[in-house]
Amino acid sequence: MDIWDQTHECMPREELEQLQLERLQATLNRAYKNVTCYRRKFDEMGIIPEDIRSLDDLRRLPFTAKEDLRLNYPYGMFAVPLREVVRIHSSSGTTGKPTVVGYTRNDIKTWSQLVARLLTAAGVTHDDVVQITFGYGLFTGAFGLHYGAELIGASVIPMGGGNTEKQLMIMQDYRTTALVGTPSYALTLADRMEKQGIDPKSLTLRFGLFGGEPWSEEMRREIEQRLGIIATDNYGLSEVMGPGVAGECRGRCGMHIFEDHFLPEIIDPETCEVLPPGSVGELVLTTLTKEALPVIRYRTRDITRLIYDRCDCGRTMVRMEKTRGRSDDMLIIKGVNVFPTQIEEVLFQIEGCEPHYQLVIDRIDNVDTLEVLVEVNETIFFDEMKKQRAFVSMVEKRLASTLNVGARVKLVEPASIPRHEGKAQRVIDRRKR
Amino acid sequence: MEMLKVKHINTYYGQVHALKNVSLHLNQGEIVTLIGANGAGKTTILNSLSAVTPIRSGEILFEGNPIHALSPEKIVDLGISQVPEGRQVFKPLTVEDNLELGAYLRYRRREGRARIRASLDEIYRLFPRLLERRRQLAGTLSGGEQQMLAIGRALMARPKLLLLDEPSMGLAPLVVQEIFSVIATLTRELGTTVLLVEQNAKAALKLADRGYVLETGKVIIEESAGDLLENREVQRAYLGKEKKEIWER
Repeated sequence: MDIWDQTHECMPREELEQLQLERLQATLNRAYKNVTCYRRKFDEMGIIPEDIRSLDDLRRLPFTAKEDLRLNYPYGMFAVPLREVVRIHSSSGTTGKPTVVGYTRNDIKTWSQLVARLLTAAGVTHDDVVQITFGYGLFTGAFGLHYGAELIGASVIPMGGGNTEKQLMIMQDYRTTALVGTPSYALTLADRMEKQGIDPKSLTLRFGLFGGEPWSEEMRREIEQRLGIIATDNYGLSEVMGPGVAGECRGRCGMHIFEDHFLPEIIDPETCEVLPPGSVGELVLTTLTKEALPVIRYRTRDITRLIYDRCDCGRTMVRMEKTRGRSDDMLIIKGVNVFPTQIEEVLFQIEGCEPHYQLVIDRIDNVDTLEVLVEVNETIFFDEMKKQRAFVSMVEKRLASTLNVGARVKLVEPASIPRHEGKAQRVIDRRKR
Repeated sequence: MEMLKVKHINTYYGQVHALKNVSLHLNQGEIVTLIGANGAGKTTILNSLSAVTPIRSGEILFEGNPIHALSPEKIVDLGISQVPEGRQVFKPLTVEDNLELGAYLRYRRREGRARIRASLDEIYRLFPRLLERRRQLAGTLSGGEQQMLAIGRALMARPKLLLLDEPSMGLAPLVVQEIFSVIATLTRELGTTVLLVEQNAKAALKLADRGYVLETGKVIIEESAGDLLENREVQRAYLGKEKKEIWER
């Protein structure tokens, strides 16, 4: 089994820690000097970068949250002038404003290298034909995988999202060997193949590299069986890098975090205390080499556990378990981040909607669905079906344009959504984890 | 394999805090360069390693052992030699006397004339020019030749790690090329690890495997030399590619 960057991926822990310390100190010096937000946070806590003398001292530093990126929208968190940024991506934010992330030329190089690592770990080589079914656009998924696959010399098919018919045709005709996308889309493809009577054995598909949303071991088994492939998980988030933060090796026992570029911690999401190795908690990441957008102790909100036992593959990098969920109320629907507050805001702006709503998320035929139950007041609860339908479609349109993902709206009578003391149960997620 | 490991060292000149929490490492056989503006702390790092300017806090590990509390002689004895800025050869002495002085500790260890003679021959092989001028007084050499002599003198101690301070200073471009190609040769042939401080960042980065960028006593970037050459901030500040211009926030 090949390792893309043997020198770094198999580094003795002691040497790795020295490199991490050097890079951490350099990152802190740059962030403190160039990013007002960090300087202010450090000053408030009475800390200067020189106070950080060991990796353990990291816990003395303030956290960074998605909110910080939003408050500094669009470029306030950048540590380099915009003219040195060669790429801008963004991801959806909590209040309609997206968060913006940037990459320098070197950042793009690093990104490609890291994705090349995870592709190689998953078994992909220069002989493979890689079909990318992530959407190309502002989201980081497609581009990251694309660059990594090109770097290792694979043949890349930049399909983009959707158009399942055509995906299947190309998969057959172009002899795709590696499928890249969300795990739920892999099952959509499997369903369609079944419907069309395409035998998975007739395909040349060998590997599937899936990410962008949490998925269970059960789902992995189903994908592997139905498509006849080895399915590996990989992890990343735009604010930190995009895909390429961590990836599974063929052992499929947790994703190796590329620790020479990202420093992981596990904290208790309530108390924010750092938890001892092996605990389940929220993953916090600090970038060690990012130039354009360094992040210090970024709270990913993803719940996981770190495994420090030696992996059979020879890599010394720590592994993270599949994410178990989120520590906030963010939902991932069809790979897109959705916050209930976004929906709330849209509804608030519509005349006639009551501030009571409920979101029902389900996975039907392996496609995520979002249904929004909205209470409307008497005046709006028309008797005329036509008017009611127009109202529903108007709400749906507004939601779709804010969320970037379709939602079905159902109007319900006033006071029909159960009220709870204190926090309302706004979200019903019926998807299996 | 890590040969030298420096952990968050702080060095002062009186009240002046010259190195702030500097960490770096060198692997066996690597050429690593330190780049940065005047006063950034490059030379201070070399002087801290050789204990000419002892550190006030932090750790320096050489081949796994702490050396920050040792004397400069002991450090040379362990295998770290420094070529000081401005060469500082002994001008009234001959070239060969200068070289032999570089082996002073080996004489004291009674290593034997023959082995020291062998080293001398090795230096003459690396720098044929020094062989030609072996009987000449060092003060009569050109700048480039004096630099070769300074490097040769340091190599006479058979160091594992060579600290080179501004070897290109005040030299003509062609001579600089010659010096740099000798540095490449000695890592390749003698396996010497090199920590190189240079104003001529471009030449240094082309030669080196990795680099650290220093600014006012702090490390702000650690990267491969190739990446540093492409780093826009480095290009602007140290490679003279563009005028410094900061984006208005």
